Amino acid sequence: MAATIEQDAPAGMPRKTATPLVSLRSISKMFSNGTLALKNMSLDVDRGQFVSLLGPSGCGKSTVLRIIAGLGEPSSGTVEWPSASSYDGTGNPDHEIGFVFQEPTLMPWATVANNVWLPLRLKRRSKRQTRDEVMEALRMVGLDAFANAYPRELSGGMKMRVSIARALITKPKLLLMDEPFAALDEITRFRLNNDLLKLWQQFGWTVIFVTHSVFESVYLSERIVVMAARPGRVFRDVAIDAPYPRDDSFRTSEIYNENCRRASDALHEAMQARPQ
Amino acid sequence: MTAVASDKMEPETTADAALTEPSKLGGRLARIAVPLGMLALLLVGWQAYVVLAKVPHYILPSPLQIAAAFGDDHSTLLRALWVTLQTTFLALAIALVTGVALAVLMAQSKWIELALFPYAVILQVTPIVAIAPLILIYTSTTEQALLICAWLVAFFPVLSNTAQGLRSTDHNLLNLFQLYGAGRWQTLMHLRLPNALPYFLAGLRIAGGLALIAAVVAEFAAGTPGANAGLAFRLIEAQHRLNIPRLFAALVLLSLTGVAIYGITSVISWLLLRKWHESAVRREN
Repeated sequence: MAATIEQDAPAGMPRKTATPLVSLRSISKMFSNGTLALKNMSLDVDRGQFVSLLGPSGCGKSTVLRIIAGLGEPSSGTVEWPSASSYDGTGNPDHEIGFVFQEPTLMPWATVANNVWLPLRLKRRSKRQTRDEVMEALRMVGLDAFANAYPRELSGGMKMRVSIARALITKPKLLLMDEPFAALDEITRFRLNNDLLKLWQQFGWTVIFVTHSVFESVYLSERIVVMAARPGRVFRDVAIDAPYPRDDSFRTSEIYNENCRRASDALHEAMQARPQ
Repeated sequence: MTAVASDKMEPETTADAALTEPSKLGGRLARIAVPLGMLALLLVGWQAYVVLAKVPHYILPSPLQIAAAFGDDHSTLLRALWVTLQTTFLALAIALVTGVALAVLMAQSKWIELALFPYAVILQVTPIVAIAPLILIYTSTTEQALLICAWLVAFFPVLSNTAQGLRSTDHNLLNLFQLYGAGRWQTLMHLRLPNALPYFLAGLRIAGGLALIAAVVAEFAAGTPGANAGLAFRLIEAQHRLNIPRLFAALVLLSLTGVAIYGITSVISWLLLRKWHESAVRREN
Protein backbone atom coordinates (compact mmCIF):
# COMPACT_ATOMS: atom_id res chain seq x y z
CA MET A 1 0.00 0.00 0.00
CA ALA A 2 1.14 3.50 -0.66
CA ALA A 3 1.88 5.28 2.54
CA THR A 4 2.27 8.95 1.90
CA ILE A 5 3.60 11.06 4.67
CA GLU A 6 1.20 13.79 5.54
CA GLN A 7 3.52 16.16 7.21
CA ASP A 8 1.36 19.19 6.73
CA ALA A 9 -1.40 19.46 9.24
CA PRO A 10 -4.84 19.05 7.74
CA ALA A 11 -7.06 22.08 7.57
CA GLY A 12 -8.95 22.91 10.70
CA MET A 13 -6.03 22.54 13.07
CA PRO A 14 -6.44 24.76 16.08
CA ARG A 15 -3.97 27.58 15.77
CA LYS A 16 -3.57 29.53 18.97
CA THR A 17 -0.65 31.75 18.05
CA ALA A 18 1.05 32.63 14.84
CA THR A 19 4.53 31.50 15.91
CA PRO A 20 4.93 27.97 17.23
CA LEU A 21 6.53 27.41 20.63
CA VAL A 22 8.87 24.76 19.33
CA SER A 23 9.56 23.67 15.86
CA LEU A 24 11.47 20.62 14.65
CA ARG A 25 13.08 21.06 11.25
CA SER A 26 13.96 17.83 9.38
CA ILE A 27 15.27 16.06 12.46
CA SER A 28 17.15 12.81 11.91
CA LYS A 29 18.73 10.75 14.61
CA MET A 30 21.15 7.91 14.03
CA PHE A 31 22.25 5.99 17.12
CA SER A 32 25.85 4.85 17.46
CA ASN A 33 24.78 1.24 16.80
CA GLY A 34 23.56 2.26 13.35
CA THR A 35 19.83 2.35 14.10
CA LEU A 36 18.06 5.17 12.31
CA ALA A 37 15.64 6.25 15.04
CA LEU A 38 14.23 9.29 13.26
CA LYS A 39 14.30 10.34 9.65
CA ASN A 40 13.54 13.77 8.40
CA MET A 41 10.96 14.61 11.03
CA SER A 42 9.37 18.02 11.11
CA LEU A 43 6.84 19.16 13.65
CA ASP A 44 5.47 22.48 14.85
CA VAL A 45 3.89 22.67 18.27
CA ASP A 46 1.91 25.76 19.08
CA ARG A 47 1.91 27.53 22.39
CA GLY A 48 -0.71 26.13 24.75
CA GLN A 49 -1.37 23.06 22.66
CA PHE A 50 -1.86 19.57 24.09
CA VAL A 51 -0.20 17.26 21.56
CA SER A 52 0.16 13.50 21.80
CA LEU A 53 2.79 11.51 19.97
CA LEU A 54 1.19 8.16 19.25
CA GLY A 55 2.90 5.21 17.64
CA PRO A 56 4.10 1.63 17.92
CA SER A 57 7.15 0.93 20.04
CA GLY A 58 10.38 1.72 18.28
CA CYS A 59 8.95 4.63 16.28
CA GLY A 60 11.16 7.15 18.04
CA LYS A 61 8.50 8.92 20.13
CA SER A 62 10.72 9.06 23.18
CA THR A 63 13.70 10.07 21.09
CA VAL A 64 11.77 13.07 19.78
CA LEU A 65 10.93 14.08 23.34
CA ARG A 66 14.54 13.74 24.47
CA ILE A 67 15.78 15.80 21.56
CA ILE A 68 13.28 18.55 22.36
CA ALA A 69 14.45 18.43 25.98
CA GLY A 70 18.06 18.79 24.88
CA LEU A 71 19.03 15.30 26.09
CA GLY A 72 20.91 14.15 23.06
CA GLU A 73 21.59 16.07 19.88
CA PRO A 74 19.90 15.23 16.59
CA SER A 75 22.22 13.84 13.92
CA SER A 76 20.86 16.39 11.50
CA GLY A 77 18.16 19.02 11.52
CA THR A 78 17.42 21.67 14.11
CA VAL A 79 15.11 22.37 17.02
CA GLU A 80 13.93 25.97 16.99
CA TRP A 81 12.25 27.98 19.70
CA PRO A 82 10.79 30.92 17.78
CA SER A 83 9.08 32.52 20.75
CA ALA A 84 11.61 31.88 23.51
CA SER A 85 12.80 34.92 25.38
CA SER A 86 16.02 33.70 27.00
CA TYR A 87 18.36 30.79 26.46
CA ASP A 88 20.68 28.85 28.69
CA GLY A 89 24.20 27.71 27.82
CA THR A 90 23.07 24.73 25.77
CA GLY A 91 20.73 26.74 23.58
CA ASN A 92 17.54 25.56 25.24
CA PRO A 93 15.01 28.02 26.54
CA ASP A 94 15.88 28.74 30.14
CA HIS A 95 13.82 27.14 32.94
CA GLU A 96 11.01 26.42 30.57
CA ILE A 97 10.91 22.65 30.22
CA GLY A 98 9.48 20.12 32.62
CA PHE A 99 10.08 16.45 31.92
CA VAL A 100 8.10 13.51 33.30
CA PHE A 101 9.66 10.09 32.65
CA GLN A 102 7.90 6.78 32.28
CA GLU A 103 9.15 5.80 35.73
CA PRO A 104 8.67 8.25 38.58
CA THR A 105 12.48 8.66 38.72
CA LEU A 106 12.55 9.89 42.30
CA MET A 107 15.57 9.89 44.55
CA PRO A 108 14.79 7.19 47.12
CA TRP A 109 16.96 8.79 49.81
CA ALA A 110 15.08 12.10 49.70
CA THR A 111 11.65 12.95 51.06
CA VAL A 112 8.81 13.90 48.73
CA ALA A 113 9.38 17.59 49.48
CA ASN A 114 13.11 17.31 48.80
CA ASN A 115 12.47 15.49 45.54
CA VAL A 116 10.19 18.29 44.40
CA TRP A 117 12.71 20.87 45.60
CA LEU A 118 15.46 19.35 43.42
CA PRO A 119 15.09 21.51 40.26
CA LEU A 120 15.18 24.67 42.39
CA ARG A 121 18.01 23.32 44.51
CA LEU A 122 20.06 22.81 41.38
CA LYS A 123 19.44 26.51 40.65
CA ARG A 124 21.01 27.14 44.09
CA ARG A 125 17.81 28.21 45.79
CA SER A 126 17.61 27.31 49.45
CA LYS A 127 15.00 25.05 50.96
CA ARG A 128 13.64 27.74 53.25
CA GLN A 129 13.33 30.19 50.41
CA THR A 130 11.37 27.74 48.27
CA ARG A 131 9.20 26.04 50.89
CA ASP A 132 6.01 27.75 49.75
CA GLU A 133 6.64 26.88 46.11
CA VAL A 134 7.28 23.24 46.98
CA MET A 135 4.11 23.02 49.05
CA GLU A 136 2.12 24.74 46.31
CA ALA A 137 3.35 22.21 43.73
CA LEU A 138 2.49 19.36 46.08
CA ARG A 139 -0.96 20.84 46.67
CA MET A 140 -1.55 20.94 42.92
CA VAL A 141 -1.09 17.17 42.72
CA GLY A 142 -2.91 16.56 46.01
CA LEU A 143 0.09 15.36 47.99
CA ASP A 144 0.70 18.21 50.44
CA ALA A 145 0.05 15.81 53.33
CA PHE A 146 2.92 13.58 52.20
CA ALA A 147 5.71 16.16 52.07
CA ASN A 148 7.84 14.29 54.60
CA ALA A 149 7.18 10.78 53.31
CA TYR A 150 9.82 8.80 51.45
CA PRO A 151 9.10 7.55 47.92
CA ARG A 152 9.04 3.89 48.98
CA GLU A 153 6.07 4.68 51.25
CA LEU A 154 3.96 5.84 48.30
CA SER A 155 1.88 3.95 45.75
CA GLY A 156 2.79 3.97 42.06
CA GLY A 157 0.22 6.66 41.28
CA MET A 158 1.38 8.86 44.14
CA LYS A 159 5.01 8.55 43.03
CA MET A 160 3.97 9.69 39.57
CA ARG A 161 2.18 12.68 41.13
CA VAL A 162 5.42 13.61 42.92
CA SER A 163 7.21 13.36 39.60
CA ILE A 164 4.63 15.69 38.04
CA ALA A 165 4.93 18.14 40.96
CA ARG A 166 8.70 18.17 40.43
CA ALA A 167 8.21 18.95 36.74
CA LEU A 168 5.78 21.76 37.59
CA ILE A 169 7.88 23.49 40.24
CA THR A 170 9.93 25.43 37.71
CA LYS A 171 6.69 26.74 36.16
CA PRO A 172 7.61 25.36 32.75
CA LYS A 173 6.11 26.63 29.51
CA LEU A 174 6.51 23.22 27.98
CA LEU A 175 5.74 19.95 29.71
CA LEU A 176 7.23 16.83 28.11
CA MET A 177 5.72 13.56 29.26
CA ASP A 178 7.16 10.22 28.20
CA GLU A 179 4.44 7.57 28.69
CA PRO A 180 4.03 8.79 32.25
CA PHE A 181 1.02 6.66 33.16
CA ALA A 182 1.82 3.50 31.19
CA ALA A 183 2.77 1.49 34.24
CA LEU A 184 -0.28 2.46 36.31
CA ASP A 185 -3.57 0.66 36.72
CA GLU A 186 -6.53 1.95 34.74
CA ILE A 187 -8.38 3.60 37.62
CA THR A 188 -5.29 5.52 38.68
CA ARG A 189 -4.51 6.40 35.08
CA PHE A 190 -7.99 7.85 34.49
CA ARG A 191 -7.76 9.92 37.64
CA LEU A 192 -4.33 11.26 36.71
CA ASN A 193 -5.58 11.99 33.17
CA ASN A 194 -8.36 14.13 34.62
CA ASP A 195 -6.03 15.91 37.03
CA LEU A 196 -3.53 16.59 34.27
CA LEU A 197 -6.22 18.10 32.02
CA LYS A 198 -7.46 20.31 34.85
CA LEU A 199 -3.96 21.62 35.54
CA TRP A 200 -3.34 22.15 31.82
CA GLN A 201 -6.49 24.22 31.47
CA GLN A 202 -5.66 26.16 34.59
CA PHE A 203 -2.04 27.01 33.71
CA GLY A 204 -2.09 26.86 29.92
CA TRP A 205 1.26 25.15 29.40
CA THR A 206 2.11 23.40 26.19
CA VAL A 207 2.13 19.63 26.64
CA ILE A 208 3.80 17.03 24.44
CA PHE A 209 2.61 13.67 25.64
CA VAL A 210 4.07 10.40 24.41
CA THR A 211 1.79 7.38 24.64
CA HIS A 212 1.03 4.12 22.92
CA SER A 213 -2.61 4.21 24.00
CA VAL A 214 -5.10 5.42 21.41
CA PHE A 215 -7.72 6.01 24.08
CA GLU A 216 -5.47 8.02 26.33
CA SER A 217 -4.24 10.20 23.48
CA VAL A 218 -7.78 10.97 22.25
CA TYR A 219 -9.01 11.72 25.75
CA LEU A 220 -6.22 14.16 26.49
CA SER A 221 -5.16 15.89 23.35
CA GLU A 222 -6.22 18.47 20.82
CA ARG A 223 -3.93 16.95 18.29
CA ILE A 224 -2.43 13.51 17.80
CA VAL A 225 0.74 13.10 15.82
CA VAL A 226 0.75 9.48 14.64
CA MET A 227 4.24 8.16 14.03
CA ALA A 228 5.47 5.19 12.01
CA ALA A 229 8.54 3.10 12.76
CA ARG A 230 11.70 2.04 10.90
CA PRO A 231 12.66 4.79 10.55
CA GLY A 232 10.67 6.93 12.98
CA ARG A 233 8.71 9.62 11.18
CA VAL A 234 5.48 11.57 11.31
CA PHE A 235 2.82 9.51 9.58
CA ARG A 236 -0.30 11.53 10.15
CA ASP A 237 -1.48 14.56 12.08
CA VAL A 238 -4.95 14.02 13.53
CA ALA A 239 -6.91 16.90 15.05
CA ILE A 240 -9.28 15.99 17.87
CA ASP A 241 -12.12 18.46 17.67
CA ALA A 242 -13.82 18.03 20.98
CA PRO A 243 -14.34 20.82 23.46
CA TYR A 244 -12.71 21.04 26.88
CA PRO A 245 -13.30 20.56 29.75
CA ARG A 246 -13.39 16.84 29.16
CA ASP A 247 -14.41 14.56 31.99
CA ASP A 248 -15.50 10.98 32.49
CA SER A 249 -18.69 11.51 30.50
CA PHE A 250 -16.49 12.31 27.51
CA ARG A 251 -15.04 8.80 27.72
CA THR A 252 -18.40 7.29 26.79
CA SER A 253 -19.51 9.93 24.29
CA GLU A 254 -20.13 9.43 20.58
CA ILE A 255 -17.55 12.01 19.59
CA TYR A 256 -14.91 10.26 21.71
CA ASN A 257 -15.61 6.92 20.07
CA GLU A 258 -15.55 8.50 16.65
CA ASN A 259 -12.16 10.10 17.31
CA CYS A 260 -10.79 6.89 18.81
CA ARG A 261 -11.74 5.09 15.61
CA ARG A 262 -9.97 7.71 13.48
CA ALA A 263 -6.84 7.64 15.61
CA SER A 264 -6.90 3.87 15.73
CA ASP A 265 -7.22 3.62 11.94
CA ALA A 266 -4.33 6.02 11.50
CA LEU A 267 -2.23 3.98 13.93
CA HIS A 268 -3.01 0.75 12.08
CA GLU A 269 -2.04 2.29 8.78
CA ALA A 270 1.15 3.57 10.37
CA MET A 271 1.98 0.08 11.61
CA GLN A 272 1.42 -1.41 8.18
CA ALA A 273 3.32 1.33 6.41
CA ARG A 274 6.25 0.06 4.45
CA PRO A 275 9.63 0.75 6.03
CA GLN A 276 11.47 3.44 4.15
CA MET B 1 -5.42 -22.21 64.04
CA THR B 2 -7.44 -20.31 66.54
CA ALA B 3 -5.02 -17.65 67.65
CA VAL B 4 -6.36 -14.25 66.81
CA ALA B 5 -3.97 -12.12 64.85
CA SER B 6 -3.61 -9.14 67.06
CA ASP B 7 -0.88 -7.23 68.79
CA LYS B 8 -2.79 -7.10 72.06
CA MET B 9 -1.77 -9.78 74.49
CA GLU B 10 -4.79 -11.69 75.63
CA PRO B 11 -4.11 -13.57 78.84
CA GLU B 12 -5.83 -16.80 77.89
CA THR B 13 -4.05 -17.11 74.56
CA THR B 14 -0.53 -16.04 75.51
CA ALA B 15 0.90 -19.53 75.29
CA ASP B 16 -0.62 -20.19 71.87
CA ALA B 17 0.15 -16.74 70.61
CA ALA B 18 3.76 -17.03 71.62
CA LEU B 19 4.08 -20.12 69.48
CA THR B 20 2.10 -19.08 66.43
CA GLU B 21 2.59 -15.36 66.41
CA PRO B 22 5.34 -14.17 68.67
CA SER B 23 4.57 -10.77 70.06
CA LYS B 24 7.05 -7.97 69.44
CA LEU B 25 8.53 -8.16 72.92
CA GLY B 26 8.66 -11.95 72.85
CA GLY B 27 10.33 -11.90 69.46
CA ARG B 28 12.93 -9.45 70.61
CA LEU B 29 13.63 -11.48 73.74
CA ALA B 30 14.00 -14.64 71.69
CA ARG B 31 16.46 -12.88 69.39
CA ILE B 32 18.75 -12.32 72.37
CA ALA B 33 17.89 -15.43 74.37
CA VAL B 34 18.40 -18.04 71.64
CA PRO B 35 22.03 -17.14 70.73
CA LEU B 36 22.91 -16.61 74.40
CA GLY B 37 21.37 -19.96 75.32
CA MET B 38 23.34 -21.64 72.55
CA LEU B 39 26.55 -20.02 73.81
CA ALA B 40 25.85 -21.16 77.38
CA LEU B 41 25.19 -24.69 76.14
CA LEU B 42 28.49 -24.77 74.21
CA LEU B 43 30.48 -23.43 77.16
CA VAL B 44 28.93 -25.94 79.59
CA GLY B 45 29.58 -28.78 77.13
CA TRP B 46 33.19 -27.65 76.65
CA GLN B 47 33.78 -27.36 80.39
CA ALA B 48 32.20 -30.77 81.01
CA TYR B 49 34.29 -32.43 78.29
CA VAL B 50 37.57 -30.98 79.57
CA VAL B 51 36.79 -31.95 83.17
CA LEU B 52 35.33 -35.40 82.47
CA ALA B 53 37.91 -36.44 79.83
CA LYS B 54 40.72 -34.94 81.98
CA VAL B 55 42.16 -33.02 79.01
CA PRO B 56 45.42 -31.32 80.07
CA HIS B 57 45.26 -27.49 80.04
CA TYR B 58 48.21 -27.21 77.60
CA ILE B 59 46.15 -29.08 75.01
CA LEU B 60 42.71 -27.60 75.52
CA PRO B 61 41.98 -25.35 78.49
CA SER B 62 38.48 -25.18 79.89
CA PRO B 63 36.44 -21.97 79.64
CA LEU B 64 37.00 -21.34 83.34
CA GLN B 65 40.79 -21.70 82.93
CA ILE B 66 40.67 -19.26 80.02
CA ALA B 67 38.70 -16.80 82.12
CA ALA B 68 41.25 -17.18 84.90
CA ALA B 69 44.11 -16.59 82.45
CA PHE B 70 42.40 -13.43 81.27
CA GLY B 71 41.93 -12.34 84.88
CA ASP B 72 45.67 -12.81 85.55
CA ASP B 73 46.97 -11.21 82.37
CA HIS B 74 44.26 -8.69 81.56
CA SER B 75 46.52 -5.64 81.83
CA THR B 76 49.01 -7.07 79.29
CA LEU B 77 46.29 -8.34 77.00
CA LEU B 78 44.20 -5.16 77.06
CA ARG B 79 47.25 -3.02 76.41
CA ALA B 80 48.07 -5.27 73.44
CA LEU B 81 44.46 -5.03 72.25
CA TRP B 82 44.67 -1.24 72.43
CA VAL B 83 47.78 -1.27 70.23
CA THR B 84 46.07 -3.52 67.67
CA LEU B 85 42.90 -1.43 67.74
CA GLN B 86 44.85 1.76 67.06
CA THR B 87 46.41 0.18 63.98
CA THR B 88 43.04 -1.18 62.86
CA PHE B 89 41.02 2.01 63.16
CA LEU B 90 43.69 4.35 61.85
CA ALA B 91 44.16 2.07 58.82
CA LEU B 92 40.39 1.85 58.35
CA ALA B 93 39.99 5.62 58.50
CA ILE B 94 42.72 6.15 55.92
CA ALA B 95 41.20 3.38 53.77
CA LEU B 96 37.78 5.09 53.84
CA VAL B 97 39.17 8.46 52.82
CA THR B 98 41.48 7.16 50.10
CA GLY B 99 39.00 4.54 48.87
CA VAL B 100 36.17 7.04 48.42
CA ALA B 101 38.48 9.67 46.94
CA LEU B 102 39.87 7.26 44.37
CA ALA B 103 36.38 5.92 43.55
CA VAL B 104 35.15 9.48 42.92
CA LEU B 105 38.21 10.16 40.79
CA MET B 106 37.62 7.02 38.74
CA ALA B 107 33.94 7.89 38.30
CA GLN B 108 34.96 11.14 36.60
CA SER B 109 36.45 9.47 33.58
CA LYS B 110 36.62 6.05 32.00
CA TRP B 111 40.31 6.65 31.20
CA ILE B 112 41.30 7.29 34.81
CA GLU B 113 39.48 4.13 35.80
CA LEU B 114 41.21 2.11 33.08
CA ALA B 115 44.57 3.47 34.18
CA LEU B 116 44.21 2.98 37.94
CA PHE B 117 41.90 0.08 38.63
CA PRO B 118 44.33 -2.71 37.57
CA TYR B 119 46.83 -1.51 40.20
CA ALA B 120 44.17 -1.52 42.88
CA VAL B 121 43.40 -5.11 41.93
CA ILE B 122 47.08 -6.10 41.96
CA LEU B 123 47.49 -4.65 45.45
CA GLN B 124 44.40 -6.50 46.57
CA VAL B 125 45.20 -9.95 45.18
CA THR B 126 48.84 -10.04 46.32
CA PRO B 127 48.81 -11.74 49.75
CA ILE B 128 49.60 -9.25 52.48
CA VAL B 129 51.99 -11.67 54.26
CA ALA B 130 54.04 -11.73 51.07
CA ILE B 131 54.38 -7.95 50.90
CA ALA B 132 54.81 -7.35 54.63
CA PRO B 133 58.57 -8.11 54.74
CA LEU B 134 59.19 -5.61 51.95
CA ILE B 135 57.10 -2.96 53.66
CA LEU B 136 59.04 -3.57 56.87
CA ILE B 137 62.25 -2.84 55.00
CA TYR B 138 60.95 0.33 53.38
CA THR B 139 59.39 1.95 56.44
CA SER B 140 61.28 3.52 59.28
CA THR B 141 59.06 2.28 62.11
CA THR B 142 57.12 -0.93 62.58
CA GLU B 143 53.94 1.04 63.35
CA GLN B 144 54.06 2.55 59.87
CA ALA B 145 54.53 -0.88 58.32
CA LEU B 146 51.56 -2.31 60.22
CA LEU B 147 49.44 0.66 59.22
CA ILE B 148 50.31 0.30 55.54
CA CYS B 149 49.55 -3.45 55.60
CA ALA B 150 46.15 -2.97 57.23
CA TRP B 151 45.35 -0.06 54.92
CA LEU B 152 46.23 -2.06 51.81
CA VAL B 153 43.74 -4.74 52.75
CA ALA B 154 40.91 -2.48 53.94
CA PHE B 155 41.24 -0.09 51.04
CA PHE B 156 40.04 -2.31 48.21
CA PRO B 157 36.50 -3.19 49.38
CA VAL B 158 35.82 0.48 50.02
CA LEU B 159 37.14 1.44 46.60
CA SER B 160 35.43 -1.25 44.55
CA ASN B 161 32.06 -0.97 46.33
CA THR B 162 31.96 2.80 46.20
CA ALA B 163 33.01 2.79 42.55
CA GLN B 164 30.24 0.32 41.79
CA GLY B 165 27.72 2.54 43.61
CA LEU B 166 28.85 5.65 41.74
CA ARG B 167 28.55 3.79 38.44
CA SER B 168 25.09 2.38 39.07
CA THR B 169 23.30 5.71 39.19
CA ASP B 170 19.86 5.68 37.59
CA HIS B 171 20.12 6.80 33.98
CA ASN B 172 16.86 8.77 34.07
CA LEU B 173 17.93 10.65 37.19
CA LEU B 174 21.19 11.56 35.46
CA ASN B 175 19.14 12.86 32.52
CA LEU B 176 16.97 14.83 34.91
CA PHE B 177 20.03 16.47 36.47
CA GLN B 178 21.31 17.28 32.99
CA LEU B 179 17.94 18.74 32.03
CA TYR B 180 18.01 21.10 35.00
CA GLY B 181 21.54 22.17 34.18
CA ALA B 182 23.25 20.51 37.14
CA GLY B 183 27.03 20.79 37.18
CA ARG B 184 29.47 17.94 37.76
CA TRP B 185 29.84 18.83 41.43
CA GLN B 186 26.08 19.06 42.01
CA THR B 187 25.50 15.74 40.29
CA LEU B 188 28.19 14.18 42.47
CA MET B 189 26.93 15.61 45.75
CA HIS B 190 23.19 15.31 45.24
CA LEU B 191 22.96 12.20 43.09
CA ARG B 192 26.02 9.99 42.70
CA LEU B 193 27.25 10.00 46.29
CA PRO B 194 23.85 9.41 47.94
CA ASN B 195 23.26 6.64 45.42
CA ALA B 196 26.62 5.07 46.30
CA LEU B 197 26.00 5.24 50.06
CA PRO B 198 24.54 1.72 50.49
CA TYR B 199 27.38 0.27 48.43
CA PHE B 200 29.95 2.23 50.44
CA LEU B 201 28.44 0.98 53.70
CA ALA B 202 28.60 -2.63 52.49
CA GLY B 203 32.28 -1.97 51.71
CA LEU B 204 32.76 -0.45 55.17
CA ARG B 205 31.44 -3.59 56.86
CA ILE B 206 33.87 -5.78 54.93
CA ALA B 207 36.76 -3.33 55.38
CA GLY B 208 36.21 -3.09 59.16
CA GLY B 209 36.70 -6.83 59.63
CA LEU B 210 39.54 -7.01 57.12
CA ALA B 211 41.43 -4.13 58.75
CA LEU B 212 41.54 -6.08 62.01
CA ILE B 213 42.61 -9.28 60.28
CA ALA B 214 45.29 -7.46 58.31
CA ALA B 215 46.58 -5.71 61.44
CA VAL B 216 46.95 -9.08 63.15
CA VAL B 217 48.60 -10.71 60.12
CA ALA B 218 51.02 -7.81 59.84
CA GLU B 219 51.87 -8.10 63.53
CA PHE B 220 52.62 -11.78 62.99
CA ALA B 221 54.93 -10.87 60.14
CA ALA B 222 56.61 -8.02 61.99
CA GLY B 223 56.77 -9.76 65.36
CA THR B 224 57.12 -6.54 67.36
CA PRO B 225 57.99 -7.25 70.98
CA GLY B 226 58.15 -4.74 73.83
CA ALA B 227 55.78 -2.03 74.93
CA ASN B 228 54.17 -1.70 71.50
CA ALA B 229 53.33 -5.37 71.17
CA GLY B 230 49.92 -6.01 69.67
CA LEU B 231 47.57 -8.85 70.41
CA ALA B 232 49.07 -11.06 67.71
CA PHE B 233 52.50 -10.86 69.28
CA ARG B 234 51.05 -11.79 72.67
CA LEU B 235 49.38 -14.73 70.96
CA ILE B 236 52.64 -16.08 69.52
CA GLU B 237 54.42 -15.38 72.76
CA ALA B 238 51.82 -17.44 74.65
CA GLN B 239 52.27 -20.24 72.14
CA HIS B 240 56.05 -20.27 72.57
CA ARG B 241 55.63 -20.45 76.31
CA LEU B 242 52.98 -23.16 75.97
CA ASN B 243 50.63 -20.88 77.92
CA ILE B 244 47.61 -22.17 76.06
CA PRO B 245 44.95 -20.65 78.35
CA ARG B 246 46.46 -17.23 77.71
CA LEU B 247 46.59 -17.95 73.97
CA PHE B 248 42.90 -18.75 74.09
CA ALA B 249 42.18 -15.60 76.10
CA ALA B 250 43.93 -13.51 73.44
CA LEU B 251 42.02 -15.36 70.74
CA VAL B 252 38.67 -14.73 72.44
CA LEU B 253 39.55 -11.07 72.79
CA LEU B 254 40.34 -10.87 69.06
CA SER B 255 37.08 -12.56 68.09
CA LEU B 256 35.05 -10.28 70.35
CA THR B 257 36.80 -7.26 68.83
CA GLY B 258 35.93 -8.48 65.33
CA VAL B 259 32.31 -9.00 66.35
CA ALA B 260 32.20 -5.54 67.91
CA ILE B 261 33.59 -3.91 64.76
CA TYR B 262 31.02 -5.74 62.65
CA GLY B 263 28.29 -4.65 65.08
CA ILE B 264 29.35 -1.01 65.03
CA THR B 265 29.57 -0.84 61.24
CA SER B 266 26.18 -2.59 60.94
CA VAL B 267 24.58 -0.07 63.30
CA ILE B 268 26.10 2.84 61.35
CA SER B 269 24.76 1.32 58.14
CA TRP B 270 21.30 0.84 59.63
CA LEU B 271 21.18 4.38 61.02
CA LEU B 272 22.01 5.87 57.64
CA LEU B 273 19.74 3.67 55.52
CA ARG B 274 16.73 2.88 57.71
CA LYS B 275 14.57 5.61 56.19
CA TRP B 276 14.87 4.64 52.56
CA HIS B 277 16.95 1.66 51.57
CA GLU B 278 15.47 -1.80 51.02
CA SER B 279 18.25 -3.47 53.00
CA ALA B 280 17.38 -1.59 56.18
CA VAL B 281 13.62 -1.12 55.91
CA ARG B 282 11.41 -3.51 57.82
CA ARG B 283 8.58 -4.89 55.77
CA GLU B 284 5.46 -6.65 56.84
CA ASN B 285 3.87 -8.85 54.26
